[in-house]
Amino acid sequence: MYKHILLAADGSENAVRAAKEAIKIASLSKETLVEVIYIADFDKAKTDILHATSTETLPIERRKKIKNVEQVLFDANVNYKVTILHGIPGPEIIKYANEKGVDLVVIGSRGLNGLQEMVIGSVSHKVMKRVNCPALIVK
Amino acid sequence: MQKLKQQWFGNIRGDVLAGIVVALALIPEAIAFSIIAGVDPMVGLYASFCIAVIIAFVGGRPGMISAATGAMALLMMPLIKDYGLDYLLAATILTGIIQILFGIFKVAKIMKFIPNAVMIGFVNALAIMIFTSQLAHFIGISTMTYVFVAITLILLYTLPRFIKVIPAPLIVLVVLTSVAIFSGFDLRTVGDLGAITQTLPSFFIPDIPFNFETLKIIFPYSLALAIVGLLESLLTAQIVDDMTATESDKNKEARGQGIANFITGFFGGMAGCAMIGQSVINVKSGGRGRLSTLVAGVFLMFLIIVLGDLVVQIPMPVLVGIMIMVSIGTFDWNSFKYLVKAPRTDAIVMVTTVLIVVYTHDLSKGVLAGVLLSAIFFVVKISTVKLSKNGNQIVVKGQLFFASTDSFINYFKQNVFNEKQIDINFSSSHIWDESAVGAVFKVKDSLQEKGIEVQLTGLDESSKKMLNQLDGISSSH
Repeated sequence: MYKHILLAADGSENAVRAAKEAIKIASLSKETLVEVIYIADFDKAKTDILHATSTETLPIERRKKIKNVEQVLFDANVNYKVTILHGIPGPEIIKYANEKGVDLVVIGSRGLNGLQEMVIGSVSHKVMKRVNCPALIVK
Repeated sequence: MQKLKQQWFGNIRGDVLAGIVVALALIPEAIAFSIIAGVDPMVGLYASFCIAVIIAFVGGRPGMISAATGAMALLMMPLIKDYGLDYLLAATILTGIIQILFGIFKVAKIMKFIPNAVMIGFVNALAIMIFTSQLAHFIGISTMTYVFVAITLILLYTLPRFIKVIPAPLIVLVVLTSVAIFSGFDLRTVGDLGAITQTLPSFFIPDIPFNFETLKIIFPYSLALAIVGLLESLLTAQIVDDMTATESDKNKEARGQGIANFITGFFGGMAGCAMIGQSVINVKSGGRGRLSTLVAGVFLMFLIIVLGDLVVQIPMPVLVGIMIMVSIGTFDWNSFKYLVKAPRTDAIVMVTTVLIVVYTHDLSKGVLAGVLLSAIFFVVKISTVKLSKNGNQIVVKGQLFFASTDSFINYFKQNVFNEKQIDINFSSSHIWDESAVGAVFKVKDSLQEKGIEVQLTGLDESSKKMLNQLDGISSSH
């Protein structure tokens, strides 16, 4: 079974839906670890610093953003941990997944239309194409 | 030693590539900031070269890019208008000295006292000022000017979708300069506003009278430049710290900024500081070490020496477009949400900071006003003392000090007590100063005059000490 599941979270509802699917797979085996990763986006670093009460509270504030995902994992009683990384979301998820050799990547899809996808780009699509393991994209 | 080696050579490939990208993105900005300040483009270009190269060695935050900046250019504008370049160079040298002193006296700590509201106001005011500084270069000049500004902006925002390796501003600069040259459109160029010399900067002492009069002229500018430069540099350092998940030495950075400005002044460059936008570009392009900053500076100078002839032909509308993009990128667009959601006092501080800058054209005054205002708000906020009665116990909640004693005393004046014995509980309070002690004694005395016995309970150790100390004095006479 999948031992190490990487769950990408950004605080959105799509990430919660993805978490629920990850739970379904994780609850099949006691040994499965769900690692929630949140990418502190390079492009948002300036805003985050400007609006953080202090540099000490920034990690707490980021952790709060993915509390919704953490809550469902906690409630489902699965084995999980949270990792916060810094970078450009798509490439950073891919790099981390490939470096750690995870067994499965679970990621929510924002459901962009064709134009939005062309302009802002789909993170889940990029991840799916470039990770070396199976990927589960949750609509 | 090991650490220094890591900071220089830990990421050679990434640093060299990122440094080149930054140099390309830096050229249009260095020229545009020179024009904002009102000096020849070479002053900004020399500054960017010198500062980047020097800070690579003496800075406290590897991977951060420092050069000529908009914030500094805006501050020095009146000095150049009234007194000319030599006074600016002297002011730059003095700015360096002040910043070195700031670094030695560990002023970086003071950053903690500058609230978010002021920093948000600072970046917003900076963005607005950069934008308004461009108006004179494109409003009411010619239709073609508007067309070029519009084309520049469209290209700047769409190109990065397709070409990721070369920074969009440089592509736009090259393409539109060629278009302007070959089409023969009548557009103002950089050459109309200043000259470009294709030589390396050289050492010289600014031609100013060395007397008190000169110092009186340049000191206010230097102080403002030193403060604003450090503010932006330390903010940028925090951003780079966060992006790279590493720590940096803020006092060393302050000193480094000082050394860089001090030397730059002697090489004909204007004062500069760290750049948020360029540092973000550097880290995103893979730059992490000191080498990236060095490469950025050296490659910039190399390009100017090779391409200097073309620089004078850059049409002004293209630079204006790039500056509009810089101001859009500088503005904190979350501010609107902040204005709605943040505590009212924070929102007022932010808006005040912006308004004062826009009104005085001086970023340092806005920051100072913002800090003062938020200090006052802070005192007002913590000076509310709440008292509640529970049987014969009166519970004091809040900090008791000079600003809050009035409401404490008034409570006892306004209420009538029928109890024979009253217990004033301080377990949720703290006695800070002599005024607080005085107020407590005053209340105690007036209650005892009415025949009510007063007991003070729940005092913490330092409050007790404060009371006992002053009690000793008052009972001695």
